[in-house]
Amino acid sequence: MSETTAQPLKLLDLANPARFLSLAGMLLPWLAGLSALVLAIGLTMSINAPDDYQQGMTVKIMFIHVPFAWLSMMCYTLMALAALGTLVWRHPLADVCAKAAAPIGAAFTALALITGSLWGKPMWGTWWVWDARLTSVFVLFLMYLGIIALSRALDDPAKSARAAAVLTLVGFVNIPIIKFSVDWWNTLHQPASVLRAGGSAIDPSLLWPLLVMALGFTLLFFTLHMMAMRNEIWRRRVIAMRRMAARKADQSEAQPA
Amino acid sequence: MNALFIRDFRLALRAGGGALVGILFFLAVITVVPFGVGPDLALLSRIGPAILWIGALLAALLGLDRLFQADREDGSLDLLVMAADRHMLSVTVLVKCLAHWTASVLPLVAAAPLLGLFMNMPPTAIGGTALTLLVGTPAITLIGAVGAALAVSLPRGGLLVSVIVLPLTVPVLIFGVSAAYGATAKGAPFLAPFLILAAITLFFAVIGPLAAAAALKLSTD
Amino acid sequence: MRLLARNLSAERSGETIFADLEFVIEAGGALIVTGPNGAGKSTLLRIIAGLLPPLSGSVRLEGGDRFPDLQSACHYLGHTNAMKPALSVQENLAFWQDFNGERRMNIDEALDTVGLEGIDHFPFGYLSTGQKRRVSIAKLLVSYRPVWLLDEPTAGLDKVSEDRFAGFMRGHLDEGGIIVAATHLPLGLDGAQELAMRGQG
Repeated sequence: MSETTAQPLKLLDLANPARFLSLAGMLLPWLAGLSALVLAIGLTMSINAPDDYQQGMTVKIMFIHVPFAWLSMMCYTLMALAALGTLVWRHPLADVCAKAAAPIGAAFTALALITGSLWGKPMWGTWWVWDARLTSVFVLFLMYLGIIALSRALDDPAKSARAAAVLTLVGFVNIPIIKFSVDWWNTLHQPASVLRAGGSAIDPSLLWPLLVMALGFTLLFFTLHMMAMRNEIWRRRVIAMRRMAARKADQSEAQPA
Repeated sequence: MNALFIRDFRLALRAGGGALVGILFFLAVITVVPFGVGPDLALLSRIGPAILWIGALLAALLGLDRLFQADREDGSLDLLVMAADRHMLSVTVLVKCLAHWTASVLPLVAAAPLLGLFMNMPPTAIGGTALTLLVGTPAITLIGAVGAALAVSLPRGGLLVSVIVLPLTVPVLIFGVSAAYGATAKGAPFLAPFLILAAITLFFAVIGPLAAAAALKLSTD
Repeated sequence: MRLLARNLSAERSGETIFADLEFVIEAGGALIVTGPNGAGKSTLLRIIAGLLPPLSGSVRLEGGDRFPDLQSACHYLGHTNAMKPALSVQENLAFWQDFNGERRMNIDEALDTVGLEGIDHFPFGYLSTGQKRRVSIAKLLVSYRPVWLLDEPTAGLDKVSEDRFAGFMRGHLDEGGIIVAATHLPLGLDGAQELAMRGQG
C-alpha cells in the first residue's frame, strides 16, 4: 500500500483506521501540494518539448496518455496486492484500499482510452482499432467497472470485499497481457520504448517531460487514493453510527419515560 | 403515479446499481464480438448496427425479471393490485415499465453512440442506431413486462422471462435494424421501418400493460 | 356500513380449507380470526381483500359511501411489510401515502404515534424487525381506509408497542371502522367477535 512505503515502520499501527485517518490528515496537504507542483513543472516541460518530426504537435498527447496508461496498470496492481491483503492477512484497511482505488483506476483507464483515441484519429485515421493493446486495456476498463459493481452490490462490506478481492486477483492475469501485448502481437500500437532492455529508445528531450508527468500523475493518484480511503472509512463510520442510532430509537422506546 | 415512478427510479439507482450492471453487460457483449468475427474494421462497421441492437436487446432483458418479483417478495405487489380502483392496474404496470426503462435502458441508448465508435461506424449510422434504439427499446421493456408478470411467482423465473420474451421481440429487432441500416445504406428506406418501429412501441404500450395486469391479478395467491 | 360474508368457501390446491363461512361485522366492530397454522386465516383475509377468488359465496361491503367496492375500502397488512429496504422510512411512507391517497395523518405524526419519532431519514433496511412492523403499522395511519385487514399484526412487536397498537385499533373502531384480524396472540380488543377456524383436522 502507498502509505506503508511512506512510513514503513507504521505498518501495524496503520491497521488501526483512526491512526490512518490522522496520518492521512497530516500527509494529504503535502502530497496534494507536491503533486500540483510536479504536474505544473511537467506541463511546462511538455509544452516546451520539441515537436516530433513525423507526428508534429500530436506527440504531446503522449505526455498525458502514457502516464494514464501506466497508472491504470499500477492501480490494478495495487488493488491486487490489497486483495491479497484482504484474503490472506485480513488487513482491515486492505479492503478499504482496494475499494477506494477501483473508481480512480477506472477513471485513469478511461482517460488513457480517450486520450489514446484522440491520438489515434490523426495517426491511424480511426478512433479505435481492435488490436491487442487497445482491446486488453478496454477489458481492463470493463474489469474495473465489474469490480466497482460487485463491491457495491452487497450491503455487508466484509462480504463484498472478499468477493471483489477474488475477482481482482483472477483479473490480474490481464495486466501482463496488456504489458506484453505489443511484443507478443504485431499491432498498430507502438512497442514499449521507455522501459526496455538496452536502454530507452526515446529522445531525452521527450523522455524527461514524460517522466516528470508520470511522477506528477502518480503523486496525484496517491493523493486521490488517500482521500478516497479517508472518505470510505468515514462513510463506514457514518453507516455504523446510523445503524446504532436506529437501534437506539428502539431502546428508548422500550423504556417509556 | 408520479410517486410510483420516482420510487421505482430511485430503487433502480440505489439497490446495488442495477443500471450500471446493464451497461456493463452491454459493453461486454459488444467487446466479445470483435473476438468472434475478427478485428476487421470494414466488417465491424457493416454489422455494427445489428450488433448494437442485439447487445441492447439482451441487456434490456437483463433486469426485467425483477420488475414485479421484488414487489411480490416484500408484499408491495398485493397493495399495488388492491389499489386497482384508484390506479388502474395496467397504468401501474405502464408506470413501472417507464421507470424501469428510464433507469435501466435509457443509459444503454446513451452508451450506444460510444460503442458505435468502437465498431467504427460512420456518424450517420451511429445516429440512426441510437435513434432507433430510443424509439424501439420501450417496446422490449413493455413486452418483457408480460413475461415478468407471468413468471412473477416462479422462484427461478429469470431465465424463463428471457425465453418467453425473446421470440416476441423479433419484430422490434427486424424493424429496428432495418431502420438503422436505412439511415446509412443507399436505396434502403429509413422512414418506413422507423414508423413501423414507433407503431410497435405504441401498440405494446397498450397491449403489454393490459396483459401484464391480467397476469398479475392471477398471480396473487 | 357493514361487512357481510355469505356462504364463503375456499380451497387450496383442490383441498377445501373452509366452507360455508358466514359473518356480519357492523361499523365499529371487529372480528378476530383464530386457529392453528394452515387453518385458512390468511386465506380468508386475502379473499376479503380481493386478492384470492373464493371457491363459492361472496363478501361485500354495504354502505361504504366513498368507496365503490370492498377492495378499495381495505387496508391490508400482510406478513410482509411492503417496504423497500433501500429507501428511507420517510420515502417509503410518502410513497404509500401518495399511492393510496385519502391522506389522513402526516408522516411525522404517524411515526410519532407508533413511537418512532426521529427515525424517518434512516433506510428501512437498518431497522429491527419490531421497528419495521411499526413503520408498516404507521402506513395504516397515513391514509384512511374504513376496513383494516390485519394478518398477525403484532408479530415481532414488544409489549409496549402491542398495547399501543391495541389503542390504535380501538380508536379506529370508535370512528366507526371495521377490523378483521388473524392472530393467535390476544390483541386486547374487548367485545370483538371471534371466529375460530378448525383447521384441516
